[in-house]
Amino acid sequence: MGLTRDQIAQRISREVKSGYCVNLGIGIPTLVANFIPASMHVMLQSENGLLGMGPFPTESAVDPDLINAGKQTVTALPGASFFSSADSFAMIRGGHIDLTVLGAMEVDMNGDIASWMVPGKMVKGMGGAMDLVAGARTVIVAMQHTSKDGASKLLKKCTLPLTGKDCVTRIVTDMGVLEVDKGRGFKLLEWAPDLSAEAVIEATEAPVTVVPGAGPMKF
Amino acid sequence: MGTGAYSKIFPSAKAALEGVGDNMTILVGGFGLCGIPENLITALRDSGAKGLTCVSNNAGVDDFGLGLLLQTRQIKKMLSSYVGENATFEKQFLSGELELEFCPQGTLAERLRAGGAGIPGFYTATGAGTVVAEGKEKKVFDGREYILERGIAGEFALVKAWKADEFGNLIYRKTARNFNPMIATAGKITVVEVEEIVPVGELDPDMIHTPGVYVQRIIKSPSLEKRIEQRTVSKG
Repeated sequence: MGLTRDQIAQRISREVKSGYCVNLGIGIPTLVANFIPASMHVMLQSENGLLGMGPFPTESAVDPDLINAGKQTVTALPGASFFSSADSFAMIRGGHIDLTVLGAMEVDMNGDIASWMVPGKMVKGMGGAMDLVAGARTVIVAMQHTSKDGASKLLKKCTLPLTGKDCVTRIVTDMGVLEVDKGRGFKLLEWAPDLSAEAVIEATEAPVTVVPGAGPMKF
Repeated sequence: MGTGAYSKIFPSAKAALEGVGDNMTILVGGFGLCGIPENLITALRDSGAKGLTCVSNNAGVDDFGLGLLLQTRQIKKMLSSYVGENATFEKQFLSGELELEFCPQGTLAERLRAGGAGIPGFYTATGAGTVVAEGKEKKVFDGREYILERGIAGEFALVKAWKADEFGNLIYRKTARNFNPMIATAGKITVVEVEEIVPVGELDPDMIHTPGVYVQRIIKSPSLEKRIEQRTVSKG
C-alpha cells in the first residue's frame, strides 16, 4: 500500500523549519503547505513573483492579478512581497530559498533528477524547475517510488533528459524517505508503516543501505 | 510635461504598434495569462505582421494571449519556458510549422534583464549538464560548472503595467509584474498598455518600478478581460 499523497506531503512538511523560505512545486509538493503548522514562521515563494503566498481566496477576494506559479488564484499573507521574475530567480539562483519540493520522473544515486521531458512525447517545457534544482539550498523530491508498471524511479543513472545534475538531497516516496548516497546508492531513513525495509530495497534499482536507527514512519 | 508636441501617449493600440513588421523579434510580458498586454497582442495580430519571433514565458491559451497569433500563423518561432496550456501550439509544433526554443524560466528572465542592461552574456549553473547546455560555452567557477547564456533584446517590447505617468514611469500590480519590468528594458521600442495614465508628478518617485526612460509609447487599455486560468477558491 504505502503512503497516500497526503501522507507523502505530511512527511515532507517535517523537513520544513521555522524561518524557512520554501518553494513548492505543482502536485504533491503543493499539498505540503497544508501540513505546515500555523505556529511556524514559513514564507512560501511562488516563482512568478510572490514571497508570502497564502491560501486560495474566497470567491469575493479572487484577483486575476494575484496567482501562483500553477496559475491558480491565491492570496498574499501579511509580510508578503511582490517582485519581478528576474528578482524571483535571483532569490532562487542566489541560494536564498532554503528548500524546494518538486516532483520527478527519475532520480539517481548521483543526485541527478529528470522531471521535464520524455523523448517522443510533446514537451511542455521546464518552466522554473531547472533554476530551482540548481539554486535552492535543499532539493526534496516527492514522487511515487515506482512507475505504473512497477519500474523503479530511483535509479543508478537517470535514463530521461535531466533537469539538473547532482542537486537532489532527499526523496520522499510512497514507500519511504531516502537520501542520496552519492555515487553509491540511497540511504533508507524511514519506510511506510505498512511496508518493510526489504520491500523498499526490492523496489529500488539502485543499491539501498538502511542507516542505523532507521524505522517505520509514524503518523 | 513641458511644451511642444512630444508625447508618449498614443490614441490606440494600433497606432502604438506603428513600425511593427514581418520577421521581427517581439518581447511580450506576462506569466500565463496574468499581466499580458491584451490589447497590444490583439493589435499585433491585426497588424498582419508575419514570421515573428516571440519571446514570452508562455504562449497563451488557444483563444487568448499569444494563442491568437498562433491561430493566424503569424509566429515563426517561440522562445518560452513553458507552453503547457495551448493545443494550437502543440499541433503547429508537432507538424513542424512552428520553431520552439525552451529556456529555463529564471534564465529567460535574466537574459531579458541582461539584454536591457547592455550585458551580452552571463554564466549560470541553471541547465548545466542538461540539454540546455548543448552548444554553449562551459566554465568552472569555484569547482562548479556554469554555462554561458546570451542577453536578449527585441525590436518591440509589449508590456502591461497598472499605472503610468505621461513620462512612462510604471507601476505594476501584484503578480501581474512578472516578466514585464525586464521586457520593458529590452525593447528598442517599448510599448506599454496601462489601466490608468496620470499626469507627471502624481506617482511617488519612490514607488516607481520601471523608470520612464525605458518606455517609448503608452496607451490606456480600452478594456481588459484579465482571464483567469485556474480559478481556485476557498470557502473562507
